[in-house]
Amino acid sequence: MGSKSFKVAGKVYTSVADSMPSFIANSNGAEGNTGQSSRVSNVGPHEQSIGFRGGAYNSTSLINQTMHPDLQFSSYEKMLQGQNISQPNQVSNSDTSTEDPDDKIQSFDVDPSNPFMASGSNDKQKDKFPEQKTQRRLAQNREAARKSRLRKKAYVQQLENSRLKLTQLEQEVQRARKQGVVISNTGDQSQPNSGNGSLAFVAEYSRWLEEQSKHTSELRAAVTSHKSDSELRSLVENATTHFNDIFRLKKIAAKADVFHIIYGMWTSPAERCFLWIGGFRSSELLKLLVSHLEPLTEQQLASIDHLQQTSLQAEEALSQGMDALQQSLADTLARDAPVVPPGSSGMANYMGQMAMAMGKLGSLENFLRQADHLREKTLQQLHTILTTRQSARALLAINDYFSRLRALSTLWLARPQE
Amino acid sequence: MDRVTDLASKKAAVIFTKSSCCMCHSIKALFYELGASPAIHEVDQDPDMEWALRRLGCNPAIPAVFIGGKYVGSARDVISLHVDGSLKQKLIEARAIWF
Repeated sequence: MGSKSFKVAGKVYTSVADSMPSFIANSNGAEGNTGQSSRVSNVGPHEQSIGFRGGAYNSTSLINQTMHPDLQFSSYEKMLQGQNISQPNQVSNSDTSTEDPDDKIQSFDVDPSNPFMASGSNDKQKDKFPEQKTQRRLAQNREAARKSRLRKKAYVQQLENSRLKLTQLEQEVQRARKQGVVISNTGDQSQPNSGNGSLAFVAEYSRWLEEQSKHTSELRAAVTSHKSDSELRSLVENATTHFNDIFRLKKIAAKADVFHIIYGMWTSPAERCFLWIGGFRSSELLKLLVSHLEPLTEQQLASIDHLQQTSLQAEEALSQGMDALQQSLADTLARDAPVVPPGSSGMANYMGQMAMAMGKLGSLENFLRQADHLREKTLQQLHTILTTRQSARALLAINDYFSRLRALSTLWLARPQE
Repeated sequence: MDRVTDLASKKAAVIFTKSSCCMCHSIKALFYELGASPAIHEVDQDPDMEWALRRLGCNPAIPAVFIGGKYVGSARDVISLHVDGSLKQKLIEARAIWF
């Protein structure tokens, strides 16, 4: 792509291109060392000076310039003149060798305040171009190149240090895990983007757990000391509100990383055994609670039984939807792509396929939301069936159950391994 | 908009869906579990219909559930109503199911 412009301009530009391959590589990032580098960088101010690199003729005077066959070396010098300001940011991207003497031109690109627009006056200046100015400029460029080499060295050194530190930290985490400290595995290397959202949630979840245990202790104390119903009621309400907080937190976290939430990466291993769309099954929980809530009236028993069935029906329906989603995703991706001649509609098909699959993944968030909604609603309905005291005991029983699952997980992780 | 209300009143239980929407699949499954046979209208090829649903206040537009000609809600609402027993009640009243 770059060579096209040179043909238009006439031979001088061709030779210019040949003589500064590394410049182009420098400006472009690691794009290769020839004037053929076809990837036009997407940075704005660079566009104006990209006349040499192909395509983006934003500067009309550049076009005029390229049309003039008698513009020879002077315009090249004009380029240097216009770009005399050294650009420290520019060179740190360079992966190519900076020992190349052509580095002197590395400051070429990034001067938006002095684009080729200015070179319109070039014609008049070419005759009066003094020698010393050139020499001074070349020296400055050499200096800038040297500085950039030093900076690059420092940067690479920094990277090396960070890498060492990272390895050390990873080893520490491994050791800690072996000793039974439950460290959530949020460092999924294949998905660097998910790190931040998941980490934030893990922190919020531990905070939630702490507050949960506070509410639980309060409630337990109130139940055992046989507090009055009205006192119990407010405690139960607070505990319920707090319990429901987790659904709100999960909803927010799912926007950042639905997979982390829906596949229970934030839960303890034993909890994960029973995972259903990002959490517990209300129908199962109700089954467990009945024994803890005795004595129950006939009416209550029937209502709870009915509630359990209702919950199960909804769980079934959502599960079927998830299955359909899975099937549909598989179908979308397994569809035969036609043989792809580069740049043809085959690529469009592939992208279309991907777009459709992306849409399907997006609906996971909705399933998680509805599953959590079902959990919240089921527990809410349970509280309408129970007396205040029974509600308190239900909350305690639920909390005990999950605590035991978490304790089991800790034991499991700390078990001696041969 | 008239087309929507017209279709919605033709059967006791009516659901507007999209073939690409898996949550619609769940809501349909729930109705079948309850013994209802709702009329299903896919609006994939009908942006006017979808727009009309939105105009009626259906949010999200899909799935849109109507019982006895009245808009009952989307997935979230249906789950709420199901859990507190109202869904079944409405279906019985609209004679979509008998028990």
